[in-house]
Amino acid sequence: MAYSDIARNHFEAELGGIKTAGLFKQERYIHSPQFSEIEVEFPEGAAVRKCINICANNYLGLSNHPDVIAAAHAGLDSRGYGMSSVRFICGTQDIHRELENRLTDFLGTEDTLLFPSCMDANAGFFEACLTDQDVMIADRLVHASIVDGMRLCKAIQDTYKHSDMNHLENKLQEHQDKRFRMIITDGVFSMDGDLAKLAEIVSLAEKYNAMVFVDDSHATGFIGRTGRGTHEHCGVFGRIDVITTTLGKALGGASGGCVSGRKELVEMCRQRARPYLFSNAVAPVIVAGALKVLELISNNTERRDKLESNAKYWRGLLKTSGFDLKEGESPIVPVMLYDAKLAQDFATDLFYESVYAVGFFFPVVAKGQARIRTQISAAHEKRQLDFAMEAFKKVGEGHGVLGLGKKELLAKVGA
Amino acid sequence: MDELSQLIHDYVIKEYLEEGSDQEIGESTPLITSGIVDSFSMVSLKRFLEKKCSIRIPDEDATPAAFDTIQNIARLVRRFQAQQVGV
Repeated sequence: MAYSDIARNHFEAELGGIKTAGLFKQERYIHSPQFSEIEVEFPEGAAVRKCINICANNYLGLSNHPDVIAAAHAGLDSRGYGMSSVRFICGTQDIHRELENRLTDFLGTEDTLLFPSCMDANAGFFEACLTDQDVMIADRLVHASIVDGMRLCKAIQDTYKHSDMNHLENKLQEHQDKRFRMIITDGVFSMDGDLAKLAEIVSLAEKYNAMVFVDDSHATGFIGRTGRGTHEHCGVFGRIDVITTTLGKALGGASGGCVSGRKELVEMCRQRARPYLFSNAVAPVIVAGALKVLELISNNTERRDKLESNAKYWRGLLKTSGFDLKEGESPIVPVMLYDAKLAQDFATDLFYESVYAVGFFFPVVAKGQARIRTQISAAHEKRQLDFAMEAFKKVGEGHGVLGLGKKELLAKVGA
Repeated sequence: MDELSQLIHDYVIKEYLEEGSDQEIGESTPLITSGIVDSFSMVSLKRFLEKKCSIRIPDEDATPAAFDTIQNIARLVRRFQAQQVGV
């Protein structure tokens, strides 16, 4: 047997190190469909507990929508369960192309290519399109999948301070000798919930002859007046060169992602992006469900309007109760606690008050920036948000954190 | 702080700290392990040193440990400067 004791001991020690550092992640088993209220088994073997869920990316409440489920059933019946192939061999059905065209219309781009996930889209895009003659200039808080994608690409890597347009301009000036410059940002930053300054970014891109890449995974479907995304909100719809986004959050939440943008760049991905070339096609059942999602959200803005109002209501409740928040206008509302242990304890205590939330700390966020990331959904009813708020207040009082700012919170935990 | 360490210090302050930050950085302040500089952003520091000091630092030598303090970075730069002139 090749799995020696030395190997076993090595990996046991590695896992022990992760536990000691307080970074060990444990899954919680959910016994119900994804929704604003879920049934959770935690720890393993414990009785199932009904919880208000405030940590899902189910922004529009469509993960369990009856029309989406019915469309998925119909897709399963008409196009089968799986493709048993990558797209370019025999994995492309008419509905794959139909969904790509619908996404192109929705996002206001020239063409779209589906990927198994947005992680794959980000991992594959840069290597497919840029070379060592080019430079990628990324916001320092972009998603980890973009960081991975940039590392796979031979183009020069550079970064600018989060949303600092002066720093970005300096970098664009510094790299004028490169063939292509690509500015890379999230539309909505997943940990802080703030929006990229896309209008300013597009202006700088035009001034310094750069392309703009936006990962809009935490925005597609609900940011902007008709939910098209951060580019709509910022008034630059149709002016973004590349948008990557996901079907795994607001758009039904199953899986799948895409690269959408200038048609030549999309075609380069079809020819060269390895996660696209070497992964199976997105399953027909998911494509059928996603088509229904796009129909639902293109017809009216009711869900994104309710989400906006829910997020505003929730932010107001937290503020009034004396929590320290990251300012923003998205449904991601981070409750700042700064200390990793406090964030973990706080989340555990919330669970026992029947509210499901998760603490985030280094290395997911910077050291000293630990928080509970709350995420609001159009599926939340006000009574559920009120219930969750009572739990937050009770736990907040228990830890003595209400009314405290960063300095006081850090002093309290002795940091 | 000698001239080289000062050069690195000034770049770190300008490139990585938020404007108006009152954080003090000395020669032995951890940069990577403290989270002031992440490994993703470290590449601009490497490129700055290569350009300013006319050296080439191979990727395998640009480790988080080698870039963790101003002291370590200065040591690394001197090593490659010495190799360059064949000392």
